[in-house]
Amino acid sequence: MSVARQQGVVIAGAAETARIGVIPELSAIELHAEAARAAARDAGIALRDVDGIAASTPFVYEVSDALGLRPRWVDGTNVGGCSSLVHVRHAVAAIHSGAADMVLVTHGESGRSQVGMRPWPWSASSMEGQFEHPYGLTAPYATHALPVLRFLHDTGMTRRDLAEVVVAQREWAQGNPRAGRRTPVDLDTVLAQPPVCYPLTKEMCCLVSDGGGALVLMSAERARDLPSAYRAVHVLGAAEAAESAILSQMDDLTSFHASRRSTRDALQEANLTTGDIDHAMLYDAFAHFPLYALEDCGFVGRGESGGFIGDGHTRPGGRLPVNTNGGGLSYAHTGMYGMFAIQEAVRQLRGEAALDAGRVRTSLVHGVGMMFAVAAVLVLAAESA
Amino acid sequence: MTAGPVPVPTPLTRPFWDGSARGELLIQHCDACGRSAFPPRPHCASCAEPLRWVRATGEGTLVTFAINHRPDPSFEVSDPQILAVVELDEGVRMATSLIGLDPDPDAIAIGMAVSVTFIPRGGLRLPVFAPQEPA
Repeated sequence: MSVARQQGVVIAGAAETARIGVIPELSAIELHAEAARAAARDAGIALRDVDGIAASTPFVYEVSDALGLRPRWVDGTNVGGCSSLVHVRHAVAAIHSGAADMVLVTHGESGRSQVGMRPWPWSASSMEGQFEHPYGLTAPYATHALPVLRFLHDTGMTRRDLAEVVVAQREWAQGNPRAGRRTPVDLDTVLAQPPVCYPLTKEMCCLVSDGGGALVLMSAERARDLPSAYRAVHVLGAAEAAESAILSQMDDLTSFHASRRSTRDALQEANLTTGDIDHAMLYDAFAHFPLYALEDCGFVGRGESGGFIGDGHTRPGGRLPVNTNGGGLSYAHTGMYGMFAIQEAVRQLRGEAALDAGRVRTSLVHGVGMMFAVAAVLVLAAESA
Repeated sequence: MTAGPVPVPTPLTRPFWDGSARGELLIQHCDACGRSAFPPRPHCASCAEPLRWVRATGEGTLVTFAINHRPDPSFEVSDPQILAVVELDEGVRMATSLIGLDPDPDAIAIGMAVSVTFIPRGGLRLPVFAPQEPA
């Protein structure tokens, strides 16, 4: 039996910062702290009871000390946007092995206001510094735009399919008072905007936000005695995979191997198939991401993602609600979005989301790290399998 | 394009940049399994055997492109830039810039034949690509 299922590890507490979007009066470490306190409160534990911590930025020991913790287990994995998903997987293994009993996975990022942030560790002698940055592949919107035309070319899709992603997710965001972009948009408006980096227009690029979120994980057995027990979310499967360090060297520019592998492994661990999944959070820093992910995660066949979204299947009332908080495109995106995808899955599974996606018993959370370098997937459920 | 981020070579990549300075596009080749490699690696990704530097033909095809209307400030230009990936005839891919074309999506075609040329950048020379002259 798999590690995750054998142990029965749950997310007992989950919370975001009270505000999200533009928060210049809070540093990154304060965003961590606010989220961590809220997650502990949500779980019904004292923050000092945590004996393990995972955070990507600032350094995990800085976060840990700022929170007043003296943990016996730390994970500082920083693989970009999917780091929080990877932390959850590692936390499950730590709890299973006895390395920690109660793990805080925390994220705080002043992505917009850049208050108390460490500079991004880019170097002119790194692979991207030598072989991508000199060509203008510096900002994420430029680097990530690069494979899009090839993807559309090979799958027979068009920029209209990119716009469909924006419109579908905006439908979810309209009903969410916390979402950064709530005004309805139509396809023509999205397409008519001046390009940021062709083929991407502004609405096809994510928000740049400040915010934080945190999770408290422990064994299902331990969570049973907490007042929050009935809201516990079970981690049924988790996986991670790494591919090329720089985007131009992806195994295939039109399909992300690391997404395919991590989805397969996480579903296998959960003993589920895509057909068993009620709800999905598919990482969306840019509009083409959900098109890739729908195909790479196996929800639809090659070239079918645009039609699937265009037909309304991912929208409110659709058969596979996707990015139900509005996603990075319409809700918020601090730079590393994974924590917010997990938070929305937890809310849907608990029946506490701003816009309810119907009866959600299982959710697949997918994350992308760096420039299509790493992927991670969690399979979460309202009840143990 | 002469202004912009300047690469800092490492011992691993120095032969590539020295080659570019001479107007030669260098890639690595594995004598054990016959595969080509780019960007520079410490050993063959396929069989972990040593790699040897070889000169590429400098010809290839355009795999994909994007047109950046908000270039990085380090380029000191506001004109749109054509970002590209080229696959060399030897089978390796490179991120690069496409020059000699208008930044107009209708003027650029995936699959078009391109050739390397070198532009100065901060004391180095940077390989970029331009459309091949019709035969």
